[in-house]
Amino acid sequence: MAGVVSAEPSHTATLAVETDAQVADAVQAAMAERAPVEVRGGGSKCRFGRPVEAASCLDTGALAGIVSYQPEELVLTARPSTTVAEIVQSLTPHCQMLAFEPPDWIPLLSGCTDVPGNAGGTLGGIVASNLSGPRRIRAGAARDHVLGFRAVSGRGESFKGGGRVVKNVTGFDLPKLLTGSFGTLAVMTEVTVRVLPAGERTQTLLVLDCAEDCAIRAMTAALQSPYDVSGAAHLPPDVAALSRVPAVATAAAGVTAVRIEGPAPSVSSRLQALRATLARFGALAALDDAESDTLWREIRDVTYFVAAGDEPDPRQVWRLSVPPAEGARVVAEILFALPGQAFFDWGGGLIWLALKRTDDAGQAAVRGALASGAGTACGHATLVRADASVRSRVPVFQPQPEPLAALTRRVKAGFDPKGVLNPGRMYEGV
Amino acid sequence: MRMPEPDAGVVARRSAIARDLRDIVASEGVIEHETALRVYESDALTAYRQLPLIVVLPDTTRQIAEVLRYCNAHGIKVVPRGAGTSLSGGALPLADGIILGLGKFNRILDIDFDNRCVVAEPGVTNLAISHAVAHRGLYYAPDPSSQIVCTIGGNVAENAGGVHCLKYGLTVNNVLGAEVVLMNGDTVRLGGRYLDSEGYDLLAVINGSEGLLGVITEVTVRILARPETARAVLIGFPSAADAGVCVAAIIAAGIIPGGMEMMDQPAIHAAEAFCHPGYPMDAAALLIVELDGPAAEVDHLIERVQGIAAKSRASSVQASRSEDERLAFWAGRKAAFPAVGRISPDYYCMDGTIPRHRLPEVLERITEMSVRYGLRCANVFHAGDGNLHPMILYDANQPGQLETAERFGAEILTLCVELGGVLTGEHGVGVEKRDLMGTMFDEDDLKHQQRLKCAFDPEGLLNPGKVYPTLHRCAELGRVHVRGGQMRFPDIPRF
Repeated sequence: MAGVVSAEPSHTATLAVETDAQVADAVQAAMAERAPVEVRGGGSKCRFGRPVEAASCLDTGALAGIVSYQPEELVLTARPSTTVAEIVQSLTPHCQMLAFEPPDWIPLLSGCTDVPGNAGGTLGGIVASNLSGPRRIRAGAARDHVLGFRAVSGRGESFKGGGRVVKNVTGFDLPKLLTGSFGTLAVMTEVTVRVLPAGERTQTLLVLDCAEDCAIRAMTAALQSPYDVSGAAHLPPDVAALSRVPAVATAAAGVTAVRIEGPAPSVSSRLQALRATLARFGALAALDDAESDTLWREIRDVTYFVAAGDEPDPRQVWRLSVPPAEGARVVAEILFALPGQAFFDWGGGLIWLALKRTDDAGQAAVRGALASGAGTACGHATLVRADASVRSRVPVFQPQPEPLAALTRRVKAGFDPKGVLNPGRMYEGV
Repeated sequence: MRMPEPDAGVVARRSAIARDLRDIVASEGVIEHETALRVYESDALTAYRQLPLIVVLPDTTRQIAEVLRYCNAHGIKVVPRGAGTSLSGGALPLADGIILGLGKFNRILDIDFDNRCVVAEPGVTNLAISHAVAHRGLYYAPDPSSQIVCTIGGNVAENAGGVHCLKYGLTVNNVLGAEVVLMNGDTVRLGGRYLDSEGYDLLAVINGSEGLLGVITEVTVRILARPETARAVLIGFPSAADAGVCVAAIIAAGIIPGGMEMMDQPAIHAAEAFCHPGYPMDAAALLIVELDGPAAEVDHLIERVQGIAAKSRASSVQASRSEDERLAFWAGRKAAFPAVGRISPDYYCMDGTIPRHRLPEVLERITEMSVRYGLRCANVFHAGDGNLHPMILYDANQPGQLETAERFGAEILTLCVELGGVLTGEHGVGVEKRDLMGTMFDEDDLKHQQRLKCAFDPEGLLNPGKVYPTLHRCAELGRVHVRGGQMRFPDIPRF
């Protein structure tokens, strides 16, 4: 069984389960004893979300391993604590991938696991937090690739949802409900995901020396083109300088990157076409496959906000999803009010923000920049990295207006009426 | 098909209810005359008919909220309805329920090219969205075959698919946001012009919820650049098994076609007789593989698909050389339903999904069933994603034939589940497959789904009798069973 190391927050008891029946039993016990549990697989995301209000840990680390993988069906079933690394290792010989590009946030969060081989975290962790990388704009989010599951709800009952095929509208889509629910509704014991063919080649076109406004227009042009762009990011000069890709680091300017993937003849022809589309925005340069992989992995894993040395980067990190055309304005507003650093993914729609550490993590400025005229937020901001004390004070996830918050509480109550699974991880009282 | 017993008290209060509704909605928006109600008695699953209590056609979201609040307070059931193109009876009326028609919500509210999305009212047709952005080379990808008339609100409610969802996804994968009015009158906004909603993904859950969770009053969809070009390959096979091998080989080669459709011999012959697309009449199975995208990629992949087809014992392989020829390849497939309609007085269209590699086996079993039930069956498949549309031919005027067709259909769907597939790929459960839910889900699975329903509609008034075979009261579903702390596995490692 996987050893658990340096749990945070420290639990008074850890229950290590190995079977579905044991999970059900442990949840039943939690209900009977009114003793909520923090659900933990590989532990790499234990610093993500609000600190859980639970003294015990339900350790699902032993629920690991690929159950079945059928390359010709484009489907893989695994137990939740299977590492993403193990899955990638199985897919690669068949030239297949998890198309939503799951990020590895262990360095970003200084993840509290040192389970060997847990690079990239576990499938369960990725699904529970619905994390997707740069290819999100083209391939969809993690939730678009989760086809089915087996789980134990907060009622201590085993149940399943979805299936093993992509086209399925049989009943409510519970797989998508559990994806991104941070273990607050059910403990997954098996997950089925869709896999897709990996592109033969990957190339990246760089537009050099574009300011934020110009960069967003360039990315919009690329994404409105018929050239199947699978990544569109912008690194301002101070962030680009941190890249390990020489052409990016030495640009001494903002770097806008557009990725294309596919069969070789298609990639070279689209690269040419995109050159014509993007020439008006600035000088162009291209990255080959290896350099592209490095750059997009940096963007995916937010390595620019991870300290190079032994001391962790002290800054607080936010992740904002906004209408792409609003990206530059939102960042300008926040960085006018607070010192920090930002870069863009998803064509401007995803903003990564590192701010100087403060007691309120700059929440007012960050969420204020999202407010629209109607009082509803045009997007959402998540506090990804901050001390536990800050994460318990500042809403980590975008606060919801009351009718929606009430609905969220009713959904929680339906699946976990006693509030025994990860209470408080997403919202206070949920 | 048994529907929940109508509430006699509600039926008796019909006139008073209509009067109350006229206080909320303009007078002409409340319909109670039998001849006018007749229009709404069924959706595209015409085998089932029922006159609604009253039809209400609101003009504004506020009116919808007030109607729902009123019905919630007075225990009146509500069935939302878009264009009424559901193939599973999702909009089948209830004798004691009002039909909430969304036909007046037919405006596109915003076209936002920079954020690559369109905001539309629910009654806008699927195709109208693509038309509205076509001048900029963009379109809305999901293309259910009823796209000329079906509405975006109905598409979301049913999570509609289409020929191209193998590559571009179902509705849920293309919707960014929605405004939804709950049965208690609360209005919630889920998602928006950005990716991924915060909190629980209730936006995803609304997709395919078949009108059981809320009334959709606004939808924001993602629009994409129209592919630079599209070409198709028409491949004939001496057997369905060979076609199945070819489908698997194309996927295994890392190719995800824009569409990959299969027809069996009865379907080929019906289509050829109907519109003469020039299909190979001697083929036992026909595959249309469409590649779309950048021209260089399409040309490259067309060659590879032709190569794979040749190695899969294809009896004929023909790649389209012009747009006219591509459309001609599709003409027969697109006309498959009317074509079958011409060779039989009635047909019953099924919609199961199976793992792709089971295709030949399923076809063989359907042929055997066809003999056993004494009814002909023509098959068209979305082969790329294993979604089957067997069409059972029958004559409703022959006593007992509809029932036989239904039993035949149920056996096909049960077989799909047995082989690792699902009851419905894109048409929805509705009333049609409601009683088969137990073949795929056990009681605990279904109860967890219904607990989600309880969070949205605790009184169970929104579209009851659809999707779930047993109506549990939410109070019963909410009851907690604690086993008194007795652990069955006292030796789980604890530390």
